[in-house]
Amino acid sequence: MGGDYAVVGRSYPRVDAMDQVTGQTQYADDLRPPGTLFGRHLLSTQAHALITDIDTSRAAALPGVKAIITGADLPIAYGILPVSQDEHALAVDRVRYVGEPVAAVAAIDAETAEQALELIDVGYKPLDEVVTLDQALADDQSLIHGEGPGQNVHRSAALEFGDLDEGMAVADHIREDVFFFRGNNHAALETHAALASFGADQKLTLWSSTQVPHYVHRTLEKVLELPAGRIRVIATPSGGGFGGKTDPFSHELSAAKLSMLTGRPVKITLTREEVFYAHRGRHPVLMWIKTGFERDGRITAMHFKSFLDGGAYSSYGIATLYYTGALQTTTYRIPNYRFEGVRVFTNKPACGPKRGHGTPQPRFALECQLDKAAEDLGLDPISIRLRNAVQPFSKTVNHLRITSCALSECIEEVAEASGFADKHGRLPEGSGIGLAVGAYMSGAGLPIYFNDMPQSEVQIKVDRGGGVTVYSMAVDVGQGSTSMLATVVAESLGLEPGDLAMVTADTDLTPVDLGSYSSRVTFMAGNAALEAAEKIRSRVVGAVADELEADPADLSPAAGRITVDGDPESGVAWPEAVRLAIAATGPLIESGSYRAPDLAGPYRGAGVGPSPAYSYSACVVQVGCDAETGTVEVERVWLAHDIGKALNPLLVEGQVEGSVYMGLGEALLEEQAFRGGLHRGPSLLDYKIPTALEMPPVETILIESIDPEGPFGAKEAGQGPLLPVIPAVVNAVHDALGIRIDEVPMTPDKVISALRDAARGGEGRFGPAGIPDFEFPEIIRVEPPEEFVAP
Amino acid sequence: MTDHVLALQVNGETHRLLVTDHRTLLQVLREDLRLTGTKHGCDLGECGACTVLLDGRPVLSCLTLARRAEGRSVTTVEGLAENGRPHELQTAFAELGAAQCGYCTPAMLLTARALLDETPDPTPDEINHALAGNLCRCTGYNKILDAVQLAASRSQG
Repeated sequence: MGGDYAVVGRSYPRVDAMDQVTGQTQYADDLRPPGTLFGRHLLSTQAHALITDIDTSRAAALPGVKAIITGADLPIAYGILPVSQDEHALAVDRVRYVGEPVAAVAAIDAETAEQALELIDVGYKPLDEVVTLDQALADDQSLIHGEGPGQNVHRSAALEFGDLDEGMAVADHIREDVFFFRGNNHAALETHAALASFGADQKLTLWSSTQVPHYVHRTLEKVLELPAGRIRVIATPSGGGFGGKTDPFSHELSAAKLSMLTGRPVKITLTREEVFYAHRGRHPVLMWIKTGFERDGRITAMHFKSFLDGGAYSSYGIATLYYTGALQTTTYRIPNYRFEGVRVFTNKPACGPKRGHGTPQPRFALECQLDKAAEDLGLDPISIRLRNAVQPFSKTVNHLRITSCALSECIEEVAEASGFADKHGRLPEGSGIGLAVGAYMSGAGLPIYFNDMPQSEVQIKVDRGGGVTVYSMAVDVGQGSTSMLATVVAESLGLEPGDLAMVTADTDLTPVDLGSYSSRVTFMAGNAALEAAEKIRSRVVGAVADELEADPADLSPAAGRITVDGDPESGVAWPEAVRLAIAATGPLIESGSYRAPDLAGPYRGAGVGPSPAYSYSACVVQVGCDAETGTVEVERVWLAHDIGKALNPLLVEGQVEGSVYMGLGEALLEEQAFRGGLHRGPSLLDYKIPTALEMPPVETILIESIDPEGPFGAKEAGQGPLLPVIPAVVNAVHDALGIRIDEVPMTPDKVISALRDAARGGEGRFGPAGIPDFEFPEIIRVEPPEEFVAP
Repeated sequence: MTDHVLALQVNGETHRLLVTDHRTLLQVLREDLRLTGTKHGCDLGECGACTVLLDGRPVLSCLTLARRAEGRSVTTVEGLAENGRPHELQTAFAELGAAQCGYCTPAMLLTARALLDETPDPTPDEINHALAGNLCRCTGYNKILDAVQLAASRSQG
């Protein structure tokens, strides 16, 4: 299946692997040009207060301090989404969370910078702290954005597809459940860092551990009021992203401004504590879900409500809000669907996108509810999912276009490999097994700012010696995007990935790619690279055909030659072929691009959810639980992933294993927790993430559905596999102990609480009691697409 | 604060440095010697990214004063390869995809090196225990475990 390839489909190391293992890779904090100053932020000690006064005079007098800036120096607001520009690099007049940057210092060394912070005097006039969802929805608290008392609602939405009431009316069984997904942090091992250098030529260069150099470029242009052509942003090799480096950040702007003021390079590296304040992590989401079923498990209708605690700023929040309602329909054929959601502001670090962006929370709720419904109806967890599973080349009720889809195969194969049917309900007390599924986008269909340009551009230049250089702004955040590009180009040109020179993530050198988010790079940059490579290939093959007086259709690049098909010894070696092409048709430089087809449905809010393709995953988790201590040990995980086509199975497996790891952390351990407006433990000692000892073996099953539009049929792998992991763990604990934990992380105290509830004759549940009384906006009613097929 | 002249032996080379007493080994390695292969992830001894070998034993360089390393031998990731030939662990990590973002990798390699020096044929359990102080956020550790086992078996010849 999927063609006969030399490079594609083969496992081989990352192209930068030897640099990584020898310590040669230079991350942002490793850079230090001569004369570099060290920058630090002064952080707010208040959750919500007016700034009455900032006195920097004592700090400025400290020897070694070169510059100090405050909000007044960077007065222009910004934000990742054009519709919600509500952030400032340094707080202007008001602070909205503990840890918000208030001032920035550049000094000759880190110690002097730190001493200077202690000499800055800030006067605060405290305001009401709005910390909880209930406080945010009350109408008598101080507005976090705006003046006076009121409801701290950022945005709300209400959409209905089909007819909910009609769907519920025909149901044989209706379930209502409430779930709570507590928020968490990305905790990439590398803390954010940026180095800015404003030269005598009045040009600014920013090296940053960002996932989105293009958006950082645009933000610098706006806030610093410099022409984009005088700003160069270089995304350094990233020490982990997971969505945590996908916004423009204060330290990037502060470093740039401080460099402009001092004429020297300025570096700001966040401390681990500051990373928890910069945050942009997984939103805490309270969810209510009511679903109607027929006796055989078919879904007749679903009503889903989400309440997102967004923290102090918008970030990607409007998109996150819609994502909590958008992708339920990509796995199950829901004929009538209503989504109502609201995102509130609170005096806590801003939430944003983390691996799965707004979809792991509803996926947790949906998959756990389905487990309960199956039990109610006397069905098994496999068959209820197969009964409702979305089919390839179909449309969802909310107008999402599904192309390749191996959801059913994923379920069947993971069940088979894990022995699910033989184990479910049959393991000894304390042991259990759980199943869940998920789907994710291979790239958001729409760019963050509306424009008609390509979403990814790739350029390829070939040297007279045959050397091939690939230029792309895609950022390798560890997921292997640079290796992916090398694979695609090498396959097309008959070379090896290691033969190529890769130039990435530099706004001066590389054509635009929107960034490493929404699992878009393989699909979008991969297609752009393939288009560019095919142009090079066609020119080189054409020149060789002319030289050999052969038909170009009989020639192909293979193993470093342009050969006559079937005769590997024939033809011309690649470097000679390149020289022929340059002599015949000029410089061998070509570009390719990709723009997703217009897939948005006919309604407001339809921009969130469409993707040129969706990946599918199914996961089985086996656990052993200790009813005395409430601890859950994950013993083994099986995960089947519809990857479309695995361009490099080694790297795809790595993404699957990493997603499983991150999902397990979210299911059992991780929470960005607060006491009032104060973070409970902004350190890796208090914020626990799984170590090698907690990590079980993972069996990865890759299923190749060959997407018709993906490069060589490929789809994403970086985010989708996380989605089913969390509910699979929760469902496994139910199988082990009979309890229902409707809240993650599923810490031992919650397990014990549910067990005690069961012992007292209760339903054996831990979870939220209900949802707040909130008036959602008027429902926008949307007709389902004609192509929708009910289950 | 007192400055001391420190003779620091790193990767077999001796450097004479003027070091303020409270400076950590991590600061001296990264900032004075510009050996940036050693990473910082927390500066509080929580993540393990700053691990180096001191007389062959893994230590957290962010919690180790540079002066404590005087008269002892420090090994960083830059000292793992010999005469440009990578260590078996480095090759195995690269081949098996044990590094994704690569940020935890130098420390992970050094911890694994100390383990293999002491226990040439470790069990999976021994490997996981040895590496439990080195956090990785990308890989889920499975491929790291595989790579250490592969390096061990190759070193056994």
